[in-house]
Amino acid sequence: MFANLDLQKLLFGRLTLEAIPYHEPILLVTFIGVAIGGVAVLGLITYMRWWGPLWRDWFTSVDHKKIGIMYVVLALVMLLRGFSDALLMRSQQAIAFGANEGYLPPHHYDQIFTAHGVIMIFFVAMPLVTGLMNFVVPLQIGARDVAFPFLNNFSFWMTVSGAVTIMASLFVGEFARTGWLAYPPLSGPAGSPGVGVDYYIWGLQIAGIGTLLSGINLIATIVKMRAPGMTMMKMPIFTWTSLCTNILIVAAFPILTAVLALLSLDRYVGTHFFSNDLGGNPMMYVNLIWIWGHPEVYILILPAFGVFSEIVSTFSGKRLFGYASMVYATVVITILSYLVWLHHFFTMGSGASVNSFFGITTMIISIPTGAKLFNWLFTMYKGRIRFDVPMLWAIGFMVTFTIGGMTGVLLAVPPADFVLHNSLFLIAHFHNVIIGGVLFGMLAGITYWFPKAFGYQLDPFWGKMSFWFWLVGFYFAFMPLYVLGLMGVTRRVQHFDDPSLQIWFIIAAFGAVLIALGILAFIIQLVVSFMRREELRDVTGDPWGGRTLEWSTSSPPPDYNFAFTPVIHDHDAWSDMKRRGYARPLKDFRPIHMPKNTGTGMILGILSIGFSFGMIWYIWWLAALTFIAMAVVTIGHTFNYNRDFHIPADTVVGTEAARTRLLERRV
Amino acid sequence: MVVMQPAGDIATRQRDLIIASTGLMLLIILPVIAFTLFFAWRYRQSNTEAEYDPDWHHSTQLEVLIWSAPLVIIIALGALTWISTHTLDPYRPLSRIDASRPLPADVKPLTVEVVALDWKWLFFYPELGIASVNELAAPIDVPINFKITSASMMNSFFIPALAGQIYAMAGMETKLHAVINKEGIYEGFSANYSGEGFSRMNFKFHGLARDGFDQWVAKVRAEGKELSRDNYIALEKPSEREPVTYYSSVAPGLFQAILNMCVVEGKMCMGEMMSIDSKGGAGKESHANHERLRYDNRHAERGEEAQGATFPASEKKPRTQEVDPAKAPNGGHEHHDHSMPGMKHDDPAPAQLNR
Repeated sequence: MFANLDLQKLLFGRLTLEAIPYHEPILLVTFIGVAIGGVAVLGLITYMRWWGPLWRDWFTSVDHKKIGIMYVVLALVMLLRGFSDALLMRSQQAIAFGANEGYLPPHHYDQIFTAHGVIMIFFVAMPLVTGLMNFVVPLQIGARDVAFPFLNNFSFWMTVSGAVTIMASLFVGEFARTGWLAYPPLSGPAGSPGVGVDYYIWGLQIAGIGTLLSGINLIATIVKMRAPGMTMMKMPIFTWTSLCTNILIVAAFPILTAVLALLSLDRYVGTHFFSNDLGGNPMMYVNLIWIWGHPEVYILILPAFGVFSEIVSTFSGKRLFGYASMVYATVVITILSYLVWLHHFFTMGSGASVNSFFGITTMIISIPTGAKLFNWLFTMYKGRIRFDVPMLWAIGFMVTFTIGGMTGVLLAVPPADFVLHNSLFLIAHFHNVIIGGVLFGMLAGITYWFPKAFGYQLDPFWGKMSFWFWLVGFYFAFMPLYVLGLMGVTRRVQHFDDPSLQIWFIIAAFGAVLIALGILAFIIQLVVSFMRREELRDVTGDPWGGRTLEWSTSSPPPDYNFAFTPVIHDHDAWSDMKRRGYARPLKDFRPIHMPKNTGTGMILGILSIGFSFGMIWYIWWLAALTFIAMAVVTIGHTFNYNRDFHIPADTVVGTEAARTRLLERRV
Repeated sequence: MVVMQPAGDIATRQRDLIIASTGLMLLIILPVIAFTLFFAWRYRQSNTEAEYDPDWHHSTQLEVLIWSAPLVIIIALGALTWISTHTLDPYRPLSRIDASRPLPADVKPLTVEVVALDWKWLFFYPELGIASVNELAAPIDVPINFKITSASMMNSFFIPALAGQIYAMAGMETKLHAVINKEGIYEGFSANYSGEGFSRMNFKFHGLARDGFDQWVAKVRAEGKELSRDNYIALEKPSEREPVTYYSSVAPGLFQAILNMCVVEGKMCMGEMMSIDSKGGAGKESHANHERLRYDNRHAERGEEAQGATFPASEKKPRTQEVDPAKAPNGGHEHHDHSMPGMKHDDPAPAQLNR
């Protein structure tokens, strides 16, 4: 190795000026756009003197509510990136027929579909789910924060660092051209020699640390910090699904970490875990990545199920039908999600008995899932349904997700999978459940809990616009893909010869434009709601007639969430309190013990970006330096004994008195 | 919709299975969707005539129904799955020509050995001693036994009109049994992404009558070249849009050598390695075999690796001329700087810029 040393390699590794893609017009324009936008945002923050407040109140905050909000902001920003990739793909496939090569050569197109998958799963869906759990769970169980507040802040910054690493590949070097799961041998050193797969590996490894730690944190929170009286079988359903999701995270993410570590060994030090030769076995990678990958889809969907359980019950004005069976269904799904991974590769040549086993276990998951759907259905039965925006999302979900579930079970029949595997039918299926399930759920959840987070509701007109554009756009974008799958069209293809396919791709592209309008309407909704915030103000803390504890406190909640820890007697604690004529305590407030903010999480996050950049570009001094720095900062932080403080009783009295005045003024 | 109107018996039975499973599931899916919309409308807030019972949240009969209704469907579908997965197992030899004709006792199946290359398909006909690239032909109503492998990346061999797909993986052989029942030219392709030439890794599958197939074989024999090991090694190099090529003769044992990753002279075949391993391995002696077991699918060590590659960490030599900057013709590393891609032909851009 040392024979090739020279100063440039020593300083910059394999990073050269040519790695900046200034000759690719699409990337150049994007870069200029991002640069102008970035400078404008930074300029605005400087001009408005927001740096101080941002640092003090947000970046260093250990408040679970603020961290939850920052997760959601990260996810929405990354959604714009991931969706731009989707538009590029849809437009390329709509025009690249016959003599027309389209405008994206394979080299670029292959990076786009890889980036789309990685970003949408790891940096949109995951932060949305984690953000929502972070914000809601402590409020729902009557806690003042999560179990490990600093760890929470650190987890968030690691997720951001992963996202930054992935985004950096857009302008420095390239991203992986392997598909979102980077199967070897294509992702091995011979198949993908450049930096793309290394960006993929380090982006996911760093974000994965954050995800794993936040999973541990939320499990500890739910298990240990519930308000007195809230037994496991009295927990709100969203908390239950969060618990199961975090158990899945803690059990599944180490597998991803391990398999990516093995792949890095293949790439960095020349081992042969997944190579074709020298006894390596790529099938091992495919198995391992899906043992993480299948639980991952339940990690995403379970919290969405929880959101819909809360919403359907609240807007039907009824207790959730079949609470116990809902809980058992969730637990059964959690366990079964580990017994189905092989259905992602029936076509790899397993025997008929192995294939049927995994096909049938997959179908069995549809039983508890079906039970959940029926439970929502019977919650609506004999209800008084208010069609506020969250409920619209819920109805849209129930219809759309059912279709996606059906095509999923169809794909679980191995001989049917042989003709549908890797086809656009498969693409349509998983977008059907991920958009129709996870994304609808998260957007519903954002709309539902927004007034709790910010103290005013979202503008319903633009919310409805967003819902209808998303819903109709989804059907236009993905129903044609079901048809194309049945026409024998496979995924990840950059150019087609058969002109009869084109019309379906054009319809799908039209659908993508409708979804773009849906996203636009959502952004307009945020802006309009902010402008009209006084009209939309929620002073009660309970704008929807809520049923769970988070609605018992003010909107937005005080830093300490609850002045007194509530005591729980029944399901739907807040609705029970309202029924029994609960009166807010107005005196005898005591000082409240709270964790102190710290910048350590963000510092570690920034150092980890340096570390991954060093590893990706073989800038060994940078990697070593940042690694040592991380160790020093981490150890240094353990000597920081100045971690907590008390909110004085007087402050609590003041905050609560202000709320009392607000409530009285309204009455 | 080729998946819905296939031309081979296996694909037809897979189509029937799709329809049967979908029908079975619609028994429960349609009522769920209908009730969702109906309840949403019936129990809307403005409909004060509908019953409102905020505390109704449990019913044992309904609970039993909502768990058992999907269960019944899944039991039926599970049985269908178990049976069909076994009868339509791609490794299982055919038992019939189509729905009305059982397999005649004297029929001799056609064997086709398939190799997925970067990025084209190579087909061997061992019984006929011929081979072809990017074109496959078979007589109708004759069972075809495919033996499938890859020389490099993981691909998936798929002719939707004929039968379902199966992965093609280096160093491994997968099998597919199928039959084509109608004459015609059908699309075949890789259904598993395998790198930048993947989109054009297509071939035509000709389903021919007996006469037509014989003529096709005669044409291959007349027009074909020789497929020696050296010719194969040249063919194996990554390339795109490879034209249809015929080979009238094939080096003996070539498919087995490809499968065992030992076409290049001096390499040890996988089979030999596994035989050593099964006897307990060669201990320290096995180190001597290390180089013989390396198989460079992408021809990187033969000078075909993309630039910028894993160099220097892997110490493999990338394709660029500047392997060692000190020995580079124009004297060292300064030409890394300031050079716009495309300015110098002897200074190709790193891999990530090769377009």
